[in-house]
Amino acid sequence: MQLLPILLIVFPLLGFLLLGLTQKLMSKSTAGILASSVIFINLVIATVLFNFVSSNNETLTTFLFNWINVGSLNIPFEFVVDRLSALMLLIINGVGLMIHIYSIGYMKEDEANNRFFSYLNLFVFFMLILVLSSNYLVLFIGWEGVGLSSYLLIGFWFKDHANNDAAKKAFIYNRIGDLGFLIAMFLLYTNFHSLTISEIAAKASTLEIGNPTLMVITLCLFVGATGKSAQIPLFTWLPDAMAGPTPVSALIHAATMVTAGIYLIARSSVLFVLSPITLNIILIIGTTTAIVAGLIAIYQNDIKKILAYSTVSQLGFLFMAVGLGSFTGAMFHLFTHAFFKALLFLAAGSVIHALNNEQDIRKMGGLSKKIPATFALFVIGTIAISGLPPFAGFFSKELILGVAYEHSLTMGLVATLVSLLTSIYMFRLLFVVFLKPESDAVKANHHVHESPKTMLLPMSILAFFSMVVGFINIPALFSENHQFENYLAPIFEISHKLVPSHETIPNVTEEWSILLLPLLVIVSIILFSYKRFVNEKALQSASGLTSLMADKFYFDEIYDFIIVKPSIFISNFFRTIVDQTILNSFIDSIGSSTLLIGNYVRRLQSGNTGLYLLLMVFSIITVLFLNIIL
Amino acid sequence: MFSTYLFIFLSAVAIFSAINVLLSKNPIHSVLYMTLTFFTLAGHYILLNAQFLAVVHVIVYAGAIMVLFLFTVMLLNLNKEGQFSKTNLMKFIAGIAGGLLFLLLIGSLKSFDVAVVSNPELTQIGLVKNLGTILYRDYLLPFELSSILFLSAMVGAVMLGKKDKI
Amino acid sequence: METTMSQFQTVPLQYYIIFCSALFSIGVVGVLSKRNALVIFMSVELMLNSANLLLTAFSAYRNDPAGQIFVFFIMVVAAAEVAIGLGLLVVVFRSTKTIDIQVLNKLKW
Repeated sequence: MQLLPILLIVFPLLGFLLLGLTQKLMSKSTAGILASSVIFINLVIATVLFNFVSSNNETLTTFLFNWINVGSLNIPFEFVVDRLSALMLLIINGVGLMIHIYSIGYMKEDEANNRFFSYLNLFVFFMLILVLSSNYLVLFIGWEGVGLSSYLLIGFWFKDHANNDAAKKAFIYNRIGDLGFLIAMFLLYTNFHSLTISEIAAKASTLEIGNPTLMVITLCLFVGATGKSAQIPLFTWLPDAMAGPTPVSALIHAATMVTAGIYLIARSSVLFVLSPITLNIILIIGTTTAIVAGLIAIYQNDIKKILAYSTVSQLGFLFMAVGLGSFTGAMFHLFTHAFFKALLFLAAGSVIHALNNEQDIRKMGGLSKKIPATFALFVIGTIAISGLPPFAGFFSKELILGVAYEHSLTMGLVATLVSLLTSIYMFRLLFVVFLKPESDAVKANHHVHESPKTMLLPMSILAFFSMVVGFINIPALFSENHQFENYLAPIFEISHKLVPSHETIPNVTEEWSILLLPLLVIVSIILFSYKRFVNEKALQSASGLTSLMADKFYFDEIYDFIIVKPSIFISNFFRTIVDQTILNSFIDSIGSSTLLIGNYVRRLQSGNTGLYLLLMVFSIITVLFLNIIL
Repeated sequence: MFSTYLFIFLSAVAIFSAINVLLSKNPIHSVLYMTLTFFTLAGHYILLNAQFLAVVHVIVYAGAIMVLFLFTVMLLNLNKEGQFSKTNLMKFIAGIAGGLLFLLLIGSLKSFDVAVVSNPELTQIGLVKNLGTILYRDYLLPFELSSILFLSAMVGAVMLGKKDKI
Repeated sequence: METTMSQFQTVPLQYYIIFCSALFSIGVVGVLSKRNALVIFMSVELMLNSANLLLTAFSAYRNDPAGQIFVFFIMVVAAAEVAIGLGLLVVVFRSTKTIDIQVLNKLKW
């Protein structure tokens, strides 16, 4: 048992090294199968670990070695498998395996196929370090590592300059968040003299609620989380990250990496429940992000961009849940979201694949007849994400909506609005791509084809899970069976003890209203959007507020104006004035003066041995003289 | 007290001949005075009861090295009276430098306190038997390595001495 | 040092220091004032020997054989050095017809 977490780490690393070092030697199919089988072994191990921690209520600690041991700073390289990390292990390896298999078909024609799989394995390696680590510093290794793999994969088709820019953008935005994380770690160390998560939680639980230090620490951690999980103000990198191959968007930018911020907060739940101000800020940021990204998504025309904004919106929804104090709700929605968002991305990839890399939905339409399997899968994903029963999204959203209504009616209505936005843009996407009359581009394209089985099979499995996975936590109204909440209860035990939970079970009438109100709204939305998007041809004529949405609220332009332009100006100032004029001449004068002095001093080296000897003796005399007088 | 007189005598002869090495115009005379210096140094070794070193000193320096010097002088036909010498100013500076160095050496060594633990005339470590035991027990590897050094020196000397172009 | 010396009634160690310093300084004066490479070489040998003698004296007074072993190895190195050095002198003489160090000033900038 102790060895299993190490094996989890070792296999993807070996896979990465093997694939990375033998890029040209291995055939494409071998590489794909090798990478997938690595993840398959990992999934088996993860299942064993999951069974272990869910049957025994204990955590599994694996000590590898002492990484840093300087003075009072002691950082062990240690892995912890508890119920939270076991859940993440299942998501990462399960969804990861599906996406690996899918990639075998999707990347078949790409020349850098083997490089792609080596990066995927590298990503899984770092993601596993992230979730397994017992302290913040080792977690940070994984945190940076997934950022690196994300950078590599976004810029995977590096011959196109735009892809490189997108990769750099993602990397730099993440850096800003990482700075917050680093500061949080410094503060944690100075205040708690430890970076081990469990020790910090134990020490922090003795502090009173609203401790200012804790507030600063949690805010810094949250800044880190906004970077990684694409929240306002650091969210604009995620839509651009869609420049990478579609499986990457599914794995990294929908299912796993972007949820690392939520994971971090859930891990540090004790710190967060003790800082109500931070929770309120998280609530505000999360809600704003969810609404803004949802609005933007409605008016986008790139199939992957829509899904990306949808991811941002759903992540905002997760942060909203966290801000309301419902870590369980957030984790549950994270869990279900991983499945159906991965499914949607893969299905979108299948559409793109069918249309030979066409991503503009205005050039699609009527695809339901041409690629019926993908259509069916896409429908399942859309229903799941919109929160229609009995699919997974319904249960997880219901949990969060319940908490929101418990908090206040306004909050509940806002949360309902968010899920409403979700169904608008998702059904718009569905209708425009599949049910709208065929566009001219599709008519002209005679090569529209269904994806191969290697792509359909993993999508079907994900679809199956998207349908059934919600039943592990059935609403209180229908059943007393809260498997998921019970499963995660030990993790958030301390936090719940410290601050009485909001997650009380609502009474029956409330529950019904929570269930039915969104449902009614969603159904009407579906009918409305069906009418509007399928029958009406006009789609792009945007004006007023809608043009604002279509232009993504000018976030990129504002950042460009506030941050990029001034920094370019300052950089230019330093480059021309400070560097080229002041520093350059100063450094040049050092060089030229050395040359000048050297020109005179070299005359001393006359070749006359007698003179050398004399100088040597006088030097010895000087040394001896100094020896006596000093 | 006898040993002190002997020391003073030997030292006087050594310094006298050493100065004469420098003063004599003819290199042959320099070499001969040098040999005399080495012999007095051998006397000093015996005075310190370092018999092994005394014998080795005579064999190596007086026997081998000085003969080599003599050979070189003859070979290069240098035994003419001073063809070249430095200016008087340089000699004066050299003298001043040497004198200064002498004073400073004594000055700095005077403050250097050495704990004396044995009577040099009675100590047994310098005898061939004792030194040989140590040399072959504790310093066997350096001793053997020195033979390689000699071999390479010999090869080098032969190479340099060859007539044709190297 | 004076008190321990009186027990032995023998040559004080300081005499050796003075004598060896004198010998060494004579060697230095020789190196500085001569132009004949051969005599300079001999002066170097003189300095080497003064160091040897001082090492032996210390060794004897401290009853420590390491000093004398060291002297032995110095002699070994000196012998090898003389063999090579004189060989070089011969070669230099053969090519330049002189061993005046003021003429041998090719090694410079």
